[in-house]
Amino acid sequence: MSDFIEARGISFSYAMDDDPNPIRVFEDLDLKIKEGEMVAILGHNGSGKSTLAKHFNAILMPDEGMITVNGMDTRNGDLLYDIRQEVGMVFQNPDNQIVATVVEEDVAFGLENIGVPPAEIRTRVDDALERVGISEYKAHAPHRLSGGQKQRVAIAGIIAMRPRCIVLDEPTAMLDPAGRREVMKTILDLNKNHGITIVIITHYMDEAAQCDRVVVMDSGSILIDSTPEDVFSHVRMLKSVGLDVPQATEICYELNKAGYTMPTEVLSVKNCADELQKLIERTYAAKRKAAKLGSKNK
Amino acid sequence: MAIIKTENLSHIYSEGTPFVKTAIDNINLEIEEGEMVGVIGHTGSGKSTLIQHFNGLLQPTSGKIYIDGEDMWADKAKLRDIRFKVGLVFQYPEYQLFEETCYKDIAFGPKNMGLSEEEVDKRVREAAAFVNLSEEQLMKSPFELSGGQKRRVAIAGVLAMKPKVLILDEPTAGLDPKGRDRILGQIKEYHQEEGNTVLIVSHSMEDVAKFAKKVLVMNRSKVFMYDTVDAVFARAKEIAEIGLAVPQITQIFAELKKRGYDVNPNVYTIEAAKAELIRLLEEGGDIRA
Repeated sequence: MSDFIEARGISFSYAMDDDPNPIRVFEDLDLKIKEGEMVAILGHNGSGKSTLAKHFNAILMPDEGMITVNGMDTRNGDLLYDIRQEVGMVFQNPDNQIVATVVEEDVAFGLENIGVPPAEIRTRVDDALERVGISEYKAHAPHRLSGGQKQRVAIAGIIAMRPRCIVLDEPTAMLDPAGRREVMKTILDLNKNHGITIVIITHYMDEAAQCDRVVVMDSGSILIDSTPEDVFSHVRMLKSVGLDVPQATEICYELNKAGYTMPTEVLSVKNCADELQKLIERTYAAKRKAAKLGSKNK
Repeated sequence: MAIIKTENLSHIYSEGTPFVKTAIDNINLEIEEGEMVGVIGHTGSGKSTLIQHFNGLLQPTSGKIYIDGEDMWADKAKLRDIRFKVGLVFQYPEYQLFEETCYKDIAFGPKNMGLSEEEVDKRVREAAAFVNLSEEQLMKSPFELSGGQKRRVAIAGVLAMKPKVLILDEPTAGLDPKGRDRILGQIKEYHQEEGNTVLIVSHSMEDVAKFAKKVLVMNRSKVFMYDTVDAVFARAKEIAEIGLAVPQITQIFAELKKRGYDVNPNVYTIEAAKAELIRLLEEGGDIRA
């Protein structure tokens, strides 16, 4: 897989109007996102992850260093439209992203702006609505939909533009568990079955656990960048930067601390139950052996 | 005594139009004074409609609601006083800050209660201390603070009114794990010191397991369960069936139980899980073999 987004030595500061000391968000940061990957970015509030995400489709530009999207330098204003067609963004609050009063019109909004012919718009809108599973609501008013449905309308508006990559900034933060599941299912489908590169910023560890790769940010730098299994095995490090781990991982970590040998790379319910079963059987077998030896010696 | 009591409480939205919807249906509920209750239920289950009745934002379509023994809607002149007894913190309360300084924003509620200037000042400082706002932050404009700080200012504004019942609608939505634990910790501390009744609406079973003593589960406009945390999570399967998620650790224990291990399936925190597993490992196992 080739690198689709590449950040090389980027630094960024927010300059306040009347403040001579700008707020430095990150400095000399390197990150590569490969085509077809599904990457989670974790970090506590203020760690710089949203600022970084806004660099991926040229909403923000680095003060130093450079960032390329499919080889295009984001600082080149002439490429702005091309870059934004390759990388779409979905934000936290679905209500802030919906502009039209009918679902299908909202999904068509971006296409109309780039001058796609009407017949083509029709196909693309239908296709996008189908992919996010919201076709039956295409004639509805968006404000009558649930949070999860609205967020899927926002995603449909992006995929109608046929981007190769979607960056989602806490897309499930305002949703209930059912809405979160719907949105994650949609995102996974886009990645696995349609090859769209996904970058998702989240505070939910279970969502990060479903990605191929997890990048943890803290005070503007990358703390760790690896598979979810590996990242979450660093329980103490994650807790020290204000993050959590899935309970399945945490119980293994706690048992290890108590002197029982457990693997640290455990994320799911099934995986954890399997490992606990092994531990229990191992412990009992050792007990039986000890009891046998004890009776022989008598 | 029950601080909140409802009798056949129902609320129907848009009655007489094609959009008619029964949001809560014949609710009979008694919440005792001094409880710490987690309120759960998926979107549309009626939980927001219900809590909006608790401080008189919504009037029942039928049925009654009593706060501290008084029928809320019996005498409209008294409604204002009853509302002061029940403080409601909405979702994303930081969007409701409007004053020039955090101090003034927190003082707004107590001032409206007609308290003396000294009392208002005392309450602002106490509330600020509860949510860990410094003197310096109190004098700042709320708009200069971070999201998590703003939210704490908004919560302090309700705490300063010293309501007998404090209701928070998803106070941790959108916060990172550290911010989430901090706010829940502060609410718990306030509850323990003041001995007041606290209701927290949450989507996170893990959080509910951490702070609440009782859980109110709403489903399809009705009270599905109202019981202790243990009793509610013991019915994990039914909770999963109505579309709510039980803590991951509870699911793991249910799985172990299913595989024939003698574990207590009512485990919902890491501490309890660890203790239970160590007990099983040390005490279990047929050593006569």
